[in-house]
Amino acid sequence: MKNLIVAPAPHAHSGDSVRKNMLLVIAALLPAYAVSLAAFGWGALITTLISIAACCATEWVIAKWVLKQQPTLCDCSAILTGLLLAFNLPSNLPWWIVVVGAIVAIGVGKMTYGGLGQNPFNPALVGRVFLLISFPVQMTTWPLPQGFSGSYVDAATGATPLAAMKQIVKNGDMSLMDKLPDLQDAFVGFMGGSLGEVSALALIAGGIFLICMRVITWHIPVSILATVAAFAALSAPAGMCPCQYTALTLLTGGIMLGAFFMATDYVTSPMTGWGKIIFGVGIGLLVMVIRTWGAYPEGMSFAILIMNATVPLLNKIRPRRFGEVVKK
Amino acid sequence: MSTFKIGGVHPKDNKIYSAHQPIVECPLPQKAIIPLAQHIGAPAKPVVQKGDKVKVGQLLAEAGGFVSAAVHSGVSGTVTKIDTTIDAWGMKMPAVFIDVEGDEWMPEIDRSSDVIREFKLEPKEIIDRIAKAGIVGLGGACFPTHVKLCPPPGQKAEVLIVNGVECEPYLTCDHQLMLEHGEEIIIGIKLVMRALGISHAIIGIEKNKPDAIARMTELTKKTLGIEVRPLKLKYPQGGEKQLIDACINRQVASGALPISTGAVVDNVATIYAIYEAVQKNKPLISRVMTVTGKSVKQPGNYLVRFGTPLSQVVEMAGGVPEDTGKIIGGGPMMGRAMNNIDMPAHKRTSGLLFLPEDESRRGEVENCIRCGKCVSACPMGLEPYLLSRQSELKMWDEMEAHNVMDCIECGCCQFTCPSHRPLLDYVRSGKATVGGIIRARQAAGK
Amino acid sequence: MNLIIISLLVLGITGLTAAVLLYFIAQKFKVEEDPRIDEVQAVLPGANCGGCGFAGCRALAEACTKAGSLDGLMCPVGGAATMEKVGAILGMTAPESEPKVAVIRCNGTCEARPKTSEYNGTRSCAIMSAMYVGESGCAYGCLGCGDCVAACPFDALHINPETGLPEVDEAKCTACGNCVKACPRHIIELRKKGENGQRMVVKCVNQDKGPLAKKNCANACIGCGLCAKVCPQEAITVTNNVAYIDFDKCVVCRECEPQCPTGALWGMGFAERLSKSSAPQTATTEAVASAGDEKFDPAIAAKIAQLKTPLAVFPNCLRQ
Repeated sequence: MKNLIVAPAPHAHSGDSVRKNMLLVIAALLPAYAVSLAAFGWGALITTLISIAACCATEWVIAKWVLKQQPTLCDCSAILTGLLLAFNLPSNLPWWIVVVGAIVAIGVGKMTYGGLGQNPFNPALVGRVFLLISFPVQMTTWPLPQGFSGSYVDAATGATPLAAMKQIVKNGDMSLMDKLPDLQDAFVGFMGGSLGEVSALALIAGGIFLICMRVITWHIPVSILATVAAFAALSAPAGMCPCQYTALTLLTGGIMLGAFFMATDYVTSPMTGWGKIIFGVGIGLLVMVIRTWGAYPEGMSFAILIMNATVPLLNKIRPRRFGEVVKK
Repeated sequence: MSTFKIGGVHPKDNKIYSAHQPIVECPLPQKAIIPLAQHIGAPAKPVVQKGDKVKVGQLLAEAGGFVSAAVHSGVSGTVTKIDTTIDAWGMKMPAVFIDVEGDEWMPEIDRSSDVIREFKLEPKEIIDRIAKAGIVGLGGACFPTHVKLCPPPGQKAEVLIVNGVECEPYLTCDHQLMLEHGEEIIIGIKLVMRALGISHAIIGIEKNKPDAIARMTELTKKTLGIEVRPLKLKYPQGGEKQLIDACINRQVASGALPISTGAVVDNVATIYAIYEAVQKNKPLISRVMTVTGKSVKQPGNYLVRFGTPLSQVVEMAGGVPEDTGKIIGGGPMMGRAMNNIDMPAHKRTSGLLFLPEDESRRGEVENCIRCGKCVSACPMGLEPYLLSRQSELKMWDEMEAHNVMDCIECGCCQFTCPSHRPLLDYVRSGKATVGGIIRARQAAGK
Repeated sequence: MNLIIISLLVLGITGLTAAVLLYFIAQKFKVEEDPRIDEVQAVLPGANCGGCGFAGCRALAEACTKAGSLDGLMCPVGGAATMEKVGAILGMTAPESEPKVAVIRCNGTCEARPKTSEYNGTRSCAIMSAMYVGESGCAYGCLGCGDCVAACPFDALHINPETGLPEVDEAKCTACGNCVKACPRHIIELRKKGENGQRMVVKCVNQDKGPLAKKNCANACIGCGLCAKVCPQEAITVTNNVAYIDFDKCVVCRECEPQCPTGALWGMGFAERLSKSSAPQTATTEAVASAGDEKFDPAIAAKIAQLKTPLAVFPNCLRQ
């Protein structure tokens, strides 16, 4: 008989893997991506491909030649980062800015800390915020959704609903009301904005898929959305229906993308249920504070990055232990 | 339908291979080796000598302390030596070596298959008989049963919980025992209830065994105080603490004994052994074990006398499959992989599982992605990712502060980890070290 | 102009107040410390390995300074030389001690010790030994997962991929004893380094009876006791089927080495091993002189060259 294999128990495994989780998230992003393609055409396709390619290349180069470890492209995490980064960019962004963003996202946001699982901040958001600060004009000029008829290089651009909303909230300029999309458009996804955040419907579908597949738990998305909704309902500007304001707040900008896909990133979110809820509430509050009083019309990236920094602290929250509360 | 509240995982149960296979008796070996330490606690002290003739059921060794159990001969023949033998993990264990001659039983043992229902014994007598028969918990831990049936002063048993859960994938011996010997198990339950002076018993069975649930429900119809509780499918429901939580909704406090909730938990196989010991005078000399695996020719449930080499049991099941990579003593979640199958069967061997080579190796370890799946899977509400890291870094004080001693080593964390990290390896090793530190501190404090 | 003056004044006064405050606080909470502790610490190696039994070099320095004598206080890394310096600072005499070195008492190489199973769990001796006997049949020998290598703060231990066993780099080993504590099988021992790094060692701790030990490992000590019989110093004892050499008694005469039938007993630090088969020596003195350039004093090498004696009898000759 040949030598038997021995190892301590357990001898069974769920079959789960990092790669499987990453692929499921990518799959969940596909509906939203399909809407983006329909809305922004070639721009969306090119931006995404460049971003993914640049992320993978950066990771491979750094792992191979700087960290001198086996590159772990197979776990698909770099592809996911690339896709998420692209989702956070306007689709008409010049290609070299996308590459810079990818290099910062993977190089600074992830590999500097030692690679997968070690980074305190969401890499895609690190890349996006870097670009937002470095190239504010390009990063805030959003193309209008024209499908494949519009050209990539000089697509028609326009203000996003968020900017209009900010003006209304800040200056009480009610003349901008007609600049706001109607709720149906906002929900299905024909409005200006970053590549991946146009269709709330598709993002919600993807998010629910992830929850059903047990890739993510409900805690973070629900707590973010609930906080944002509550905040918006209470702070609706005079002369605007609170319901409409709340709905528009939830459906426009990066709220959905952030709540379901960015904030739920395993590495940079807390582990326990209560930790996740506090994390989500924090993000919800911060994003509304930034949107209402901050300089930027959108604050999702900053809110998530700031809350990322609190994760080590939130991980001090212990799960409920067996036998802690003895029922008699 | 109830289950325990915290954590748990859902491994594929894989019971089809050996489920509903009738219990088959395994032939006697030519040479039997009967280990003296088949239980938790002090090894038994041999009372036979080289050259002695022994009969089936004869006492070979008496309990070596309060937490210990007697060992009886599973065969008849001549004692050739009392020496150490190598167990399936290569460790030494003391054992009695017997050359088998015939199959001569002790005269007082009732070998008939009649079910004896009446009993007039006092509680004390029942416990004495259980202790004399060397009965230990056959669910896996092998804790001497008579110790469990004598609650420490100040604690009172209120309910008996019978463990028919068999939550380990692949294993089916308890399931088959309930189907074939349900009536005896009910009598055994009554005996234990009398011994404990209680009037309520719950039989917990997971819902993947509907026929066992039906059979036991039918048998308990006429009996007051015994109820069958179907349970949702979830591992590790067969863990003592989890089962108490699932059945009576009480949680054993950290560091407390299960009896503090008023529950005594016994496995169905143990209950059956109690019936045989009390009603039939038959000490614990055999058990039903499952031999199973995808490629095993005749997977099934075999009644094996202690001392029979496992290799002989494997022959009954059609031999070691060609593609075997790993042989596990017990189930895949908590069983121990074995170096060899020359070890004799004893009270602890609940099953033999043959895993094909392609399922025998662990996945490649990747970085922890801090997904928190181990935290939500842990049935004790611990943080395995943290404990394993602390163990790697030898942070014993921090491990103790994070309640590593609560860990039941069920393996849910490692089962669920997408990065294939060996969480339990480190936690288990750290738990052993921390346990040693705590014991040393207590000894110093005394 | 006013602004600048005001700023300067405010900053200056704030700074001054803070300085005065800090001075008084520093006076109030000053920790009285023997200045010699710093001096002692300066001569210690500063590796903080814990080999002395204290939490680090500073802790040993404190202990030395407070203690009445240096008995029982020893820096295994720095050895006698360092303790002499410490003694000089503190005005005490350092106890004499011979330098020690970690010795791996297992020679169960891959060829000698056939594998009986394949371990697929975490590569850690502690974890492996808690569950299993190891990958071979030997229940006492080295597991080869390198817990000692990880424990060594001086990079003096490495697993040799050919033998699967750790090897001690004696130039780097400081006998801090971390590996001794890390080894769950208690194979590693700190032994006297010996003159010229030459010492006798039984490279086996297997307590099984001879035939079983031999079955599991060709290089095992079978407890035959032949070595003990020939030892003129009565330094060798056989307990639990395994021989042990008392390094305080051993004079490294190498009488025992050729007696060992399995080669478990070694003379370490010699150019060649003596075994039964090679006892009628082939190695000549030239070979010794050339191979042992660093290990042998040139004067002695010359002497050997004159003697033209086979290696087997050389140590005895020299002693006579």
